[in-house]
Amino acid sequence: MATVDAPLIVTSPPRRRSRRTGRTLRKVGLGLAGIAGFLLTWQLLPTLGIVNPAYFPTATDTIAQLSLMLGDLEFWRNVGRTMTSWAIGLVIATVLAVILGTIIGLVPFLRRATHSTVEFLRPIPSVALIPLAILMYGYQLQAALLIIVFASFWQVFIQVLYGVADVDAVARDTARSFGLSRGSRIVNLVLPTALPYLMTGLRLAATVALILAITAEMFISIPGLGRAIMLARDAGQWTTVYALVIVTGVLGLLINLVFRAIERRSLSWHQSVRGEEVL
Amino acid sequence: MTLYTSTIVTPRPRPRAWAKFGESVAYALGLPIILLTIWGVWSSVSAAPYFPSPVVIFEAFIDTWVGPSFFEDVLPSLGRLAIGIVLAVVLGIAAGTVIGLVRWLRELLEPIFEFFRAVPPPVLIPIVAVLVGANDLMKLVVIVTGAIWPVLLNTIEGVRATDSVMTETARSFALTPSERLRFLVLPAASPRIMTGVRQCLSIALILMVISEMFFSSSGLGYQIVYFQRNYLIAEMWSGIVLLGLIGVLLAVIFGFVERRVLRWYHGIKEVERA
Repeated sequence: MATVDAPLIVTSPPRRRSRRTGRTLRKVGLGLAGIAGFLLTWQLLPTLGIVNPAYFPTATDTIAQLSLMLGDLEFWRNVGRTMTSWAIGLVIATVLAVILGTIIGLVPFLRRATHSTVEFLRPIPSVALIPLAILMYGYQLQAALLIIVFASFWQVFIQVLYGVADVDAVARDTARSFGLSRGSRIVNLVLPTALPYLMTGLRLAATVALILAITAEMFISIPGLGRAIMLARDAGQWTTVYALVIVTGVLGLLINLVFRAIERRSLSWHQSVRGEEVL
Repeated sequence: MTLYTSTIVTPRPRPRAWAKFGESVAYALGLPIILLTIWGVWSSVSAAPYFPSPVVIFEAFIDTWVGPSFFEDVLPSLGRLAIGIVLAVVLGIAAGTVIGLVRWLRELLEPIFEFFRAVPPPVLIPIVAVLVGANDLMKLVVIVTGAIWPVLLNTIEGVRATDSVMTETARSFALTPSERLRFLVLPAASPRIMTGVRQCLSIALILMVISEMFFSSSGLGYQIVYFQRNYLIAEMWSGIVLLGLIGVLLAVIFGFVERRVLRWYHGIKEVERA
């Protein structure tokens, strides 16, 4: 572009950069085109009568309804309620998982003794506990928290367990022969080793906690976005249902982005960006 | 001297193997037995209404699930779950391979797919229920539409990240496209694909349970909610235990398949670590 008159030597870096920006531009453009194509398909399906417009409102109707809701205080309260139970559940699960995971992961005897129990409890789908939660706490926030904590606990716990056990043998022996105390070994050796694992677990747990928070609201009718979806469905307001579904997707996307950013920042010192498991 | 060497040379393999076996059994069963005992004693002492003792739950388990109910409720649920998982995995891998190989398609679809993956799958249930109707097909559609995303996106990512040297080698050896797919692209993507499949399994199980709990009049999920609403506490617990067993079974099957599919991969990892 502007490098036409510049001396030959200088041309190569700008050209490389411009190729890269060209590539990102292309990517962004294609991505936007994809979204536009999706919205167009969505608009056409009910308009052409391929699906019943009563149950499948057009994209424009849904977006109009969404922008209406954005000015509604009750909508924001519902977002707040959902995010509150999400946050409380996530914090409880993370604290429990980090403490238990560190203790069990550091003691080989405990690790062996708990292995079978963990392998049995972990695959239990947390929604199976919904009836139990209703019995124990009734239709209250605690019932939702029980399910959220149970689901997200295992995500963090397993990662911490592996992370704590993953300490490099040479580094551990070095620390021992340098006479580091137990406490400073944990701070300087175990913590940095386990941190990448913890961050992966935290990101997975954050996603799972949102899924379970909304599920609990939908089916234990605890106030929040999930219950708003069910209420709108019962009232036959399908545009509201679709708009709320989009909101939950945006929340999920935001949580994913934020936790990825936190992960990247807190691990900026880490030499290898580990093979990311994406959920 | 002869006595001395003989004790060392014959290391008595059998008793030691038995001892090792016994030790691992003790480790595997020790904590569960302790926990169940505490639970049993506690439930009989404090008469906690919602936590019947394990013996009662075990009896309820036999009464409830062994018999006709196994064929009427459990097997159909498991069948739907299995079909849903297979469909989600097959469709996810097939579509993911195509999208991962074609660059413009990938860039076109990736943002919208990221959004779909971020939508909590249970919110799809009411929508699918009204579009398809509350029947078996609805449960299948729910499972597939909710569980396909991890497989699809991980496949796209795995296919995209195929080593470029290997791709060029395959090209210069003039592998046909189908050979390239079979021997290069799919194996290279398989670790990522298996990560996606693992997430797909747990989402599928969740969706099976919820769709039966609230939009159905039969199946495992419906039965558990029915027991809870009628205060049949031990029966409800037996249902939860059964779901746990199904989860464990899925995890075991997955572990077995993963070890077979990724044997080469774990081998490489071990060599790298050594």
